[in-house]
Amino acid sequence: MTVNELKKFATDVRIETVKCLEARTFGHIGGCLSIADVLTVLYNGELKNIDPKNPKKPDRDMLVVSKGHAGPAVFATLALKGYFPLDWLPTLCEGGTRLPSHCDRIRTPGIDASTGSLGQGLSLANGFAHAAKIKDKKNRIYCLMGDGEIQEGQIWEAAMYAHQYKLNNLVGIVDWNKKQIDGTVDECISLLDIAEKFRAFGWYAVTVKGDDIEAIQMAFKQIRENQSDKPGVLVLDGVKGSGVKCIEEMKFNHMIPVDKELADQCLEELEAVKNSL
Amino acid sequence: MVKTIYNGEYEKKAITDQFVENLGEMLEKDTDVIYLDADLMFAFGAGLWELGDKFPKRVIRCGIAEANMVGTAAAMSVMGMKPIIHSFASFVTRRAFDQIFLSGAYGRKTLNIIGSEPGYKQTYWGGTHMAFEDIAMMRTVPNAYIFDIVDGVQFNKLLKKTIDMQGIYYYRTPLADNIAVYDETSEFEIGKGIVLKEGTDATIIACGRLVTISLQAAELLEKEEIHVRVVDMFTIKPLDEELVKKCAEETGAIVTAENHSVYGGLGSAVAEYLGENDPTVVERIGVRDEFGEVGSEEYLRGRFGFIPEKIAKRVKEAIAKKKA
Repeated sequence: MTVNELKKFATDVRIETVKCLEARTFGHIGGCLSIADVLTVLYNGELKNIDPKNPKKPDRDMLVVSKGHAGPAVFATLALKGYFPLDWLPTLCEGGTRLPSHCDRIRTPGIDASTGSLGQGLSLANGFAHAAKIKDKKNRIYCLMGDGEIQEGQIWEAAMYAHQYKLNNLVGIVDWNKKQIDGTVDECISLLDIAEKFRAFGWYAVTVKGDDIEAIQMAFKQIRENQSDKPGVLVLDGVKGSGVKCIEEMKFNHMIPVDKELADQCLEELEAVKNSL
Repeated sequence: MVKTIYNGEYEKKAITDQFVENLGEMLEKDTDVIYLDADLMFAFGAGLWELGDKFPKRVIRCGIAEANMVGTAAAMSVMGMKPIIHSFASFVTRRAFDQIFLSGAYGRKTLNIIGSEPGYKQTYWGGTHMAFEDIAMMRTVPNAYIFDIVDGVQFNKLLKKTIDMQGIYYYRTPLADNIAVYDETSEFEIGKGIVLKEGTDATIIACGRLVTISLQAAELLEKEEIHVRVVDMFTIKPLDEELVKKCAEETGAIVTAENHSVYGGLGSAVAEYLGENDPTVVERIGVRDEFGEVGSEEYLRGRFGFIPEKIAKRVKEAIAKKKA
């Protein structure tokens, strides 16, 4: 895909995410929109050996979405890639749905890990990555974390483990969108310099703009080529709600009502972006 | 079928040595078996470190980080590995319960969890280390299996079975001074209690460390012509409801005995079943609403009523209630 096509795909992820949340009238819109670009890069070339028709394909690259509440953005991406029909999206959170609010590997084709209690995903990624190494597999494991999420101590337990066992088939991604439920990350518990923190834990760290698709692509390449025997981490310097101005500008945009009026406003903006590409 | 060798003596080969030998065989035979520990390999002795030297890729030191150990091991099972993880019963359950629940059970992963030195077995490490609530917590995890271990034969035979099964298996495992109950030829059926002594006046349904103490209580009662059945209910979940019902109907009074709180453990499981299906006199022996504390095993057994004389007294009370 060309960069322009990738940008269109990312816009489609945002459009389908908004529609999906509108169907449920509420949802985690801020942290969904902020990962649309990295999901686009992951599912259009970065994740190797994946197959929408065979979601459990052996030796595929795997993604743990540790910030499990971003499920709707992941579902939108998977649907756009053909893992399941787009018309599943409006069933989000309905009784008996295949698409619960938080990522669930049992219910949803293409989801590699069940998450929802924050802070646990990096350990799961460790397990995938370490097992792959023990079995001499070449697949790589990605773990997408929220910035507020890394306030959880388990993340740092996992970070030490990944370094100790030289999990250089592991790539962490931190969605540094600066906000959590109760305010900005700095108002709650400041993370200071996330990349430096990971470096201090023995990781190879790169920071890029969270909505810069080309930079994200290059960063993954840079990590792969330079991480040596270390786990790598990509810090996405972004904005919560990115790509939709009216959401970006909200003070609190973690989990909000998404009525028709707001959805229409978002969709109008996104359609204009798409048409301009 | 089980064969019992109970005569009040300790196991000749310690449970820890039996485990190291068993784990060595499993690691040798099956390249998917992996052992992870949160800085308590020491509890099993030097043999485990030697296994670490022999199988450096599959004997994993996770450091003092139980939550990460649980999640990492659970994910390994998705990749086809067969994880066994260990810490003290208190730390592996209380500290990492959300990880067992979500990263493990909810994600339909497999874990063989060894929670060692449960309850009063922590003796001199005291109340901070004493798990009297781990069964209660683990019973609420859907589809989890819970074993309260009597001796090394039972532990290792069960582990040999569950290592090839899928799901969450929690082993409450005392690591020293286990009185031998089972011959090494025994085979155990998961979810089926074992009648160790027949009797008609009442049944003691015990688990783990309380099984042999209950046998001693039954011996005391025999001297008074009171004939008590003793059951080793080593699988607490799923409970052998059929056997509970049979004992209730045939003996009319049930006494449960466990190295655990009476809230949520074996006693609760038995009483819940009987309350719903076959109301019967039930006396529950276990820790009441209190914390553990330091002391010798002898002191703590007395402190919590885990001695034959006290159990015998509770049995007589149960029989009296039955008659009333």
